[in-house]
Amino acid sequence: MAAELHVELVAADRSVWSGEATLVIARTTSGDIGVMPGHQPLLGVLESGPVTIRTSEGGTVVAAVHGGFISFADNKLSLLAEIAELSDEIDVERAERALERAKTEADAAAERRAEIRLRAVAGVH
Amino acid sequence: MGAQLRVYKRRIRSVTATKKITKAMEMIAASRIVKAQRKVAASSPYATELTRAVTAVATGSNTKHPLTTEVEAPVRAAVLLVTSDRGLAGGYSSNAIKQADRLTERLKAEGKEVVTYIVGRKGVGYYGFRSRPVAESWTGFTDNPTYADAKKVAAPLIEAVTQATAEGGVDELHIVFTEFVSMMTQSPVDDRLLPLSLGTASETESAAKAELLPLFDFEPSAEDVLDALLPRYVESRIYNALLQSAASEHAARRRAMKSATDNAEELIKSLTRLANAARQAEITQEISEIVGGASALADATAGSD
Repeated sequence: MAAELHVELVAADRSVWSGEATLVIARTTSGDIGVMPGHQPLLGVLESGPVTIRTSEGGTVVAAVHGGFISFADNKLSLLAEIAELSDEIDVERAERALERAKTEADAAAERRAEIRLRAVAGVH
Repeated sequence: MGAQLRVYKRRIRSVTATKKITKAMEMIAASRIVKAQRKVAASSPYATELTRAVTAVATGSNTKHPLTTEVEAPVRAAVLLVTSDRGLAGGYSSNAIKQADRLTERLKAEGKEVVTYIVGRKGVGYYGFRSRPVAESWTGFTDNPTYADAKKVAAPLIEAVTQATAEGGVDELHIVFTEFVSMMTQSPVDDRLLPLSLGTASETESAAKAELLPLFDFEPSAEDVLDALLPRYVESRIYNALLQSAASEHAARRRAMKSATDNAEELIKSLTRLANAARQAEITQEISEIVGGASALADATAGSD
């Protein structure tokens, strides 16, 4: 059995996903970081971006995360985000509409949020 | 129908109507407590993870940060008071206000200037009526607060804390809210959010921390992490306080409405007794009038014979 780490992805108002994983890729302020089991204890600030979790069953979970932290210790990884959505929870049409609206209103933050959502659905970094 | 009986009947009708209203409010509040409790539970993973992270940074690094270090001579303290928007919740709001008053007294006795921030219409009304200064207030979300509401409340507080004291910033941040202990007990508490008192935050966790305490690798740096972490920490604590207050408000309202319903029942019972007595008295009077009239008639006919 491959080594595993326990992942908790929590948003401010709910627990989004938790389970065992073999690899977690997230974007911190200083670049993408991949965490595998046995990584050194880590505490980092997350950028808004997609988070990819490779589960121990071989599947992949992608979530759109807007700001937050990654903390890893004792083979336990916590992803804390104010807002986090799993890719299959994201309403693509709504995100596209939000993107359009953000573009016309020149709202950079909203545009970025919508873009991250869409990218998380497409599964690209 | 006699006048007295009519008055009793009318009062019974009006009390019955009131009872229906309080009963409905009791039931609504009861269903909302469960919802509010569920929200408190849903927000707790985030809060615990965040507290762990904050404790890890604060103990695992020697970083000095304005939000974690105690000022030697604090001159100004901010107090955030959480009350309700609506009344009919028993002593809920006034207990929180009293707690805030006590805290304010204590801080003033320590020589600090107190800046008050208020959530909820009841608190705003109380301070407005006594024309006490309020730095900022928020209303309209106390029975169902969202994280966005907590962010809105936290923003000016964090700004005030980061500002230099000489320019009107505050050195301490206190929060007064009503802790949801159980369905029957809700107690107003005051809590110092900033500067972080690691004593209180880690007392319960100190046992767990002794084995934990790994040397964290900070990304990008301990200062930056702490910079980003502390505002989130304050927001999450405020969010938790708002949620607990909402649950307490519903519980307090349920209890107040339950006793109002019970009182109405009691009142209806005693009014019914009085109405029955009045009706009986009326009947007795009518009978004695009839009997009296009949015997008078009999006497009259006997006399004429």
